[in-house]
Amino acid sequence: MALYLLRRLGLAVITLWILSVIIFFAGQVLPGDPGRAILGPFASQSAVSALDHQLGVDRPLLTQYWSWISGAVHGDLGISYQYRAPVAPMLFSALDNSAKLALFALILIIPLGIGGGVLAALDAGGPVDRLVSLTGLSLATVPEFVSGIVVIVIFADALKVLPSQAYAGSGAPFGTQLRYLILPVIPLVFEFFGYIARMARAGTIEALESDYARTATLKGLRRGTVIFRHVLRNSLLPTITVIATQIGYLIGGLVVVEYLFNYPGVGRLIFNAATEKDFPMLEAGVLTIGVIYMVATLLADVLNTQLNPRLRTGITG
Amino acid sequence: MTDILVAPVTDATARELPSWRLVARRPGFIIGALILLFWIVCALFGSSFAPHSAYAQQLLATNQPPSSAHWFGTDQLGRDVFSRVLVGSRSILLVAPLATLLGTVLGTALGLALGYLGGAFDAIVGRLVEAVLAVPAVIVAFLFIVAVGPSAQTEILVIGFIFTPLIARTVRSAVQVESQLDYLAGARLLGEGRIRIMVTEILPNVLPTVLVEFTVRLGYAIFTVATLAFLGFGVDPATPGWGSDINANYGVIGAGYWWETLFPALAIASLVIAINLVADSIERVVAG
Repeated sequence: MALYLLRRLGLAVITLWILSVIIFFAGQVLPGDPGRAILGPFASQSAVSALDHQLGVDRPLLTQYWSWISGAVHGDLGISYQYRAPVAPMLFSALDNSAKLALFALILIIPLGIGGGVLAALDAGGPVDRLVSLTGLSLATVPEFVSGIVVIVIFADALKVLPSQAYAGSGAPFGTQLRYLILPVIPLVFEFFGYIARMARAGTIEALESDYARTATLKGLRRGTVIFRHVLRNSLLPTITVIATQIGYLIGGLVVVEYLFNYPGVGRLIFNAATEKDFPMLEAGVLTIGVIYMVATLLADVLNTQLNPRLRTGITG
Repeated sequence: MTDILVAPVTDATARELPSWRLVARRPGFIIGALILLFWIVCALFGSSFAPHSAYAQQLLATNQPPSSAHWFGTDQLGRDVFSRVLVGSRSILLVAPLATLLGTVLGTALGLALGYLGGAFDAIVGRLVEAVLAVPAVIVAFLFIVAVGPSAQTEILVIGFIFTPLIARTVRSAVQVESQLDYLAGARLLGEGRIRIMVTEILPNVLPTVLVEFTVRLGYAIFTVATLAFLGFGVDPATPGWGSDINANYGVIGAGYWWETLFPALAIASLVIAINLVADSIERVVAG
């Protein structure tokens, strides 16, 4: 187990290193001189060169990469070009906001998706199954901003019951913050409900058809007991892994939702950094998303092997 | 290795190219195909049957609600929203299929190579693919569009390149399944070269997987193109486009002018749902 963990961790670190190289050099492709971008078109060339020198962007690329990555490993994410302030505090406060939104979404998505999937599986081929599958598929394929606009038009514009802006202010009471997050959370729930339901449905059907489920039924256990004690325990395993791999997509959805609902999270931070050519902010933001994705996938793997001992020997052996 | 000489050649691949008659019988496919056909007709001939010009501004009739003259109302520049929705299907229906095609061709080639050659090549490219997949596709796409500048070609290339590893991953696992089968051992014994085996032996057998990938990815391509346009990375703001029209007008929803964004949004929804109905029908028939 320890060996397996170590191997997975090693691979994750290598993947992150490759990602850091890609992000850094992709950032260098972005046109425009950082000094020029900060000072504007009317600044003199000597002032631009002086600022470039101060920012260190006139050094060789490899030197720049080394100072960036060694800083990042020590928690120093550099200075934002756009705000002339350290990146880290801004990034962390944005992450905090995004985490609230993502957590709220997950709290709704997981029970809804699993519940929908199990209901569909119990009625496999029937009307409930078709309803869940079709709704899930349709909702998942509609882009977040489209469903976002529909809910804004209905709840914020026509009925005027919920705010169309997501941010209640950092000091706002918990209930108020939650109320402001209701509309932005809906597109995220729509996006992931179908996928998670589909996985939960497949796992449940497989477990229902298994020998142990049949044995449990044949020895006279009630259907409810069979489902809760035997089927669900086995069918939810793959679903857990799926939820973790969806974290990356969830962050992609956050970019759009945060932009639409004007919410100061990490998605909007990266979006602004890219449009303003704020490399340090951009690189730190994208790398952080990569780290979150890696940690989530790793946790899912570990959880999956912990819950399912059959996998442990299968992978290490 | 001796048993392959005596073992009967059985068709171990359950997935076959779909019988179109079976696909066309599914109601989901018919509904999806009809909606898709409608938008394709609009993309090709929309400007000839749209009631108004999609570009003509009427600055005395801005933000008009839906009426008999303007079924979907007018936007902030007084342009007819209905006409813009009809004509706006063109850009998305040009970029998304081409991007998907590019990604499918590159992804299939890469997947064949990864799955069949394996070894160090597979391990190294596998890491690269993992690294790219760790960042959401929308972020990768807008990074490159900001870098290179927005144009239809950039969008096709970027989305095609993002899809390449995703499609390669699926094709790779299909190829690995094929590699276990007897006919490949037979082909190797006959002395066929690697490239020949990949192209003439494996490729035809993974084509059903490739077809399903293409239709599913097409839905994602529409999704991505629309999302990029909404984020302001569309091709050209003056050209009618659903995503870019929403981007231009969603700021005035709060003022009550909902029709300027709602109708293009519903158009996007209808197109992605149509493509997914078609994709789902093909997938179900292929899976048997």
